Amino acid sequence: MTAPTTRPPKELVLVGHGMVGQRFLEALYEQPGAGAWHVTVLAEEPRPAYDRVHLTSWFSGTTAEELSLVSDKFMERHGIALHLGDPATAVDRNTRTVTSASGRVLRYDALVLATGSYPFVPPVPGHDTPGCHVYRTLEDVRAIRAEAAQARTGIVVGGGLLGLEAAGALRALGLDTHVVEFAPRLMALQVDEGGGAVLRRKIEELGVRVHTGAGTSAVEAGPDGRVRAARLSDGTELPADLVVFSAGVRARDQLARDCGLPVGERGGITVDTACRTADPRVWAIGECAQAADGRVYGLVAPGYAMAETAARRLCRGEAEFTGADLSTKLKLLGVDVASFGDPHGTAEGALDVTFTDSRSGVYKKLVIGTDGSLLGGVLVGDTEAYGVLRPLALAGQPLTVPPEQLVLPAAQGGDVTPRLPDKAVLCSCHNVTGGAVRAAVREQGLTGIAEVKKCTKAGTGCGSCLKTLSTVVRDELAASGTEVSRDLCEHFAHTRAELYEIVRVRGITDFTTLVDSHGTGDGCDVCKPVVASILASLGNGHVLDGEQAALQDTNDHHLANLQRNGSYSVVPRVPGGEITPEKLIVIGEVARDFGLYTKITGGQRIDLFGARVDQLPAVWRRLVDAGFESGHAYGKSLRTVKSCVGQTWCRYGVQDSTSLAIELELRYRGLRAPHKLKSAVSGCARECAEARSKDFGIIATSAGWNLYVGGNGGTTPRHADLLATDLDKATLIRTIDRFLMFYIRTADRLERTAPWLERLEGGLDHLRAVVLEDALGIAADLDAQMARHVSGYADEWAAVLDDPDRLRRFTSFANAPDVPDPTVTFVPERDQIRPARPGENGRPLRELVLVPAQGAGR
Amino acid sequence: MTDILVEVRHGARWVPVLRYADLVPGRGVAVLLGEEQVALFRDREGALHAVGNRDPFSGAQVISRGLLGSRGATRVVASPMYKQVFDLSTGTCLDEPTAPDGTPARLPVWPVRTTPPEGGPACP
Ligand code: SRM
Ligand SMILES: Cc1cc2nc3c(=O)[nH]c(=O)nc-3n(C[C@H](O)[C@H](O)[C@H](O)COP(=O)(O)OP(=O)(O)OC[C@H]3O[C@@H](n4cnc5c(N)ncnc54)[C@H](O)[C@@H]3O)c2cc1C
Ligand code: SF4
Ligand code: FES
Repeated sequence: MTAPTTRPPKELVLVGHGMVGQRFLEALYEQPGAGAWHVTVLAEEPRPAYDRVHLTSWFSGTTAEELSLVSDKFMERHGIALHLGDPATAVDRNTRTVTSASGRVLRYDALVLATGSYPFVPPVPGHDTPGCHVYRTLEDVRAIRAEAAQARTGIVVGGGLLGLEAAGALRALGLDTHVVEFAPRLMALQVDEGGGAVLRRKIEELGVRVHTGAGTSAVEAGPDGRVRAARLSDGTELPADLVVFSAGVRARDQLARDCGLPVGERGGITVDTACRTADPRVWAIGECAQAADGRVYGLVAPGYAMAETAARRLCRGEAEFTGADLSTKLKLLGVDVASFGDPHGTAEGALDVTFTDSRSGVYKKLVIGTDGSLLGGVLVGDTEAYGVLRPLALAGQPLTVPPEQLVLPAAQGGDVTPRLPDKAVLCSCHNVTGGAVRAAVREQGLTGIAEVKKCTKAGTGCGSCLKTLSTVVRDELAASGTEVSRDLCEHFAHTRAELYEIVRVRGITDFTTLVDSHGTGDGCDVCKPVVASILASLGNGHVLDGEQAALQDTNDHHLANLQRNGSYSVVPRVPGGEITPEKLIVIGEVARDFGLYTKITGGQRIDLFGARVDQLPAVWRRLVDAGFESGHAYGKSLRTVKSCVGQTWCRYGVQDSTSLAIELELRYRGLRAPHKLKSAVSGCARECAEARSKDFGIIATSAGWNLYVGGNGGTTPRHADLLATDLDKATLIRTIDRFLMFYIRTADRLERTAPWLERLEGGLDHLRAVVLEDALGIAADLDAQMARHVSGYADEWAAVLDDPDRLRRFTSFANAPDVPDPTVTFVPERDQIRPARPGENGRPLRELVLVPAQGAGR
Repeated sequence: MTDILVEVRHGARWVPVLRYADLVPGRGVAVLLGEEQVALFRDREGALHAVGNRDPFSGAQVISRGLLGSRGATRVVASPMYKQVFDLSTGTCLDEPTAPDGTPARLPVWPVRTTPPEGGPACP
């Protein structure tokens, strides 16, 4: 059958592929009628839509690829024609065509304008001197970073949200940084005077100089024609090598103006509640539009809501955009700032409740209406309550707790969390209400945050609502009685982390004592391996000793990986993937002599498959004699530390990544954990070792090592988060030690570092506080525990070979130790063996491979 | 001192297979009786269990390498391959009633005893 290749009947042209444009495309294809449209996109920027909101994170290592908002194949799957770097230059509404810079002429049945805004640059003398920048695109931040390398002082013109973000970036680039703000306070739009004062103090503490109530009257060039200084309206002259203008944005409405569409007084293409312009075939969404309520929104959430409205309407659905809330929560230069609802208390009769603690830099204000409802507020320095307060303010219902309690610190009787009303919007990025989340949990039987995120989309935008989301989900689960129990299994009403603490604190060294004192029954295949792993993490000798042998899953029990036909695979450790020719030859010889199938693994080592249980000791005898050790491919423990070749050979490498990888692999080998641990070290930012997909990954910088944690390949891939930068080796190792031990202490059964980190309360910041600043006071403990692991390590296989008692377990049959299991059979394939499939006439290893491989009697 | 031996009945005969003391509590071993493979376990109370070694879900002879445990009051073994759990006294699978080949997922149960009886007069 040939696929239908007819083009959809109607032409839709989207101008602008920014955040809102992309959301529009996604929303369009969520509609049932989307198939009617053939979509063409004209994009001015050279790359598909990316996350502008997190642009600043590019300076701290987030790559352009990671910022991308367009999943692989999205365009292809929907047959969208995307023309990058080809802006629209004119619209002819009579012929219904759009012309692009490259000369394309596109006919449309519907035209959607999503051209965003441009940064406003005040027309002061010298505003275009080389060294002056704006802050909007990836090209802008690239240019800023390139020039910052030669600059000492930077000035940001504008002390609003974006200006402070830009100042933070300059500061992080090592520049002496000034912020010049025309208004009497920073972030005048969002915070009031009290909040502005606290914010200013906090920002000055970080070494950024703040000049408020002063305009920039000129930018002066030096003899080289580049920026030399900025002159302020109060006469001050500030020397500067770099200037970033961040004095607000203006809607990009020129296309609309040129084709005679009405625009607002202060810019912005006028649209109705359907997001339609005066021409019913033309729509405008996002920052380029002036919404039906007369406002031009400079935030992404209202833009998304407009995108969804237009998409629905284009597919004959119902939807309206009548206005949105301007709440924001940000972390600026490490200072938390939030404002929500009506932060300035403009409503008649509104009262303020404020709390200020200048010492700790906390300012909170709530605006309360005459009927006792919360109207809005400002939070500086401590925005914990934002997730709950904002929806409360938007819901407009009277408060159920005295407002003072909502602003006081917990220690002073505050922190009573009111229940989030069903009507209140919990996630404003995707407009999901508390009620919708509760309904999803109740009616669809969802049992975890991940499922709720997937199903409702809540929490998948800016992430600021995640904490509230998890509270709502947890409470709802508890209320409906279907709370997912975190109990390990029917034998232990404890989590793995709790059991770990019990074992550690009580000094328990065997399963029987533990299950008799803290559990019930005999245990099972869930709790036994967990306890085995805890005992091993706490250093209780060989994993096959005494009762521990009875707890191990078959892989750990035979120190090899069970295969589908009952045979095992053998993986010797190859630290960092580095191996001598002699050792390579030994592996080859062992495989040949035992007739095993060999394969290079995804972990930079070699796997030998097809050994019967009774062959394992003989295989390992050869390997151990040649200097190999167990690779722990079977254990929930360190697998490999992959390496790239690094500075030693590679012309780009800036550090010796191979040596570090080997050192780390030798340090952590044998460390038992809640799940397997993987690592990698790359010698430069090209990242050939794929360190960011690892539980802990290290990338070399010219100043040291950047440490990333919580990465995962596998089922749910996740890029690791940057934990610390430019560490020297000793600090790096200490930090990894603590990270691993903290994970081992607190993670759930079979929970890799990625989901653990996502679940960890306080997230990355908390982790940093624990491992770098010792916020819990446990660092010495963690260090000591790792020291014990390192000094106590011994190769498990060598120990087995030395002990006849342990060796006795490696027989196929207890009553016939010399008989190999006749049911483990193979057939040849590509000159090696593979397990026989059901019904296939397979033969035991010896008969099949060894004889022909030695060339005898063919 | 006499060793206590474990015997499994094969047809009409009780066949001694190994010393009771060689069984690790909570673990099993495989035993070959003619062409047939038996998984033999000693639980943590000391009782013996013998079931077929072939895992009906994978077809591999691996049940003896599974972990012992309890589900409620039932003594069970979990297959090491895909972790289905079997009742040690009846051999029935408690997780899935049928194997992929359509046959009932049940392990044959073999009679097993010690001689002299464990804890009996000949006990060391
Ligand atoms: C041999 C190997 C495939 C190969 O031929 O290359 C392999 C084989 C197995 N993988 Fe893997 N994985 C192998 C590299 C990987 C990689 C790539 C890597 O490590 O760079 C990944 C993705 C990276 C990651 O883990 O984040 C990978 C993700 C998984 C997963 C999914 C983990 C997850 O968090 O989603 C499992 C399942 C699990 O562990 O629960 C798994 C489980 C397994 C098991 C243990 C399945 C099993 O229980 O039998 C396989 C047994 C190995 C054996 O019998 O020897 N394997 N596996 C690779 C061994 C690497 C090594 O040298 O140790
Ligand atoms: C550094 C920074 C931080 C921010 N932080 C936040 C925040 O924390 N919270 C928040 O809500 N918002 C924030 N914003 C604002 C947010 O990024 C915008 O609201 C959002 O990007 C608007 O989306 P848009 O699609 O309307 O515009 P844009 O994302 O600007 O996209 C418009 C696109 O259209 C293209 N274009 C313009 N004209 C044409 C043409 N003629 N032909 C073809 N293409 C054209 C542009 O090149 C651009 O790619 C931030 C913005 C910046 C720069
Ligand atoms: S990561 Fe860097 S050092 Fe390593 S191989 Fe790639 S380019 Fe070379
Ligand atoms: S509010 Fe942004 S993700 Fe929910």
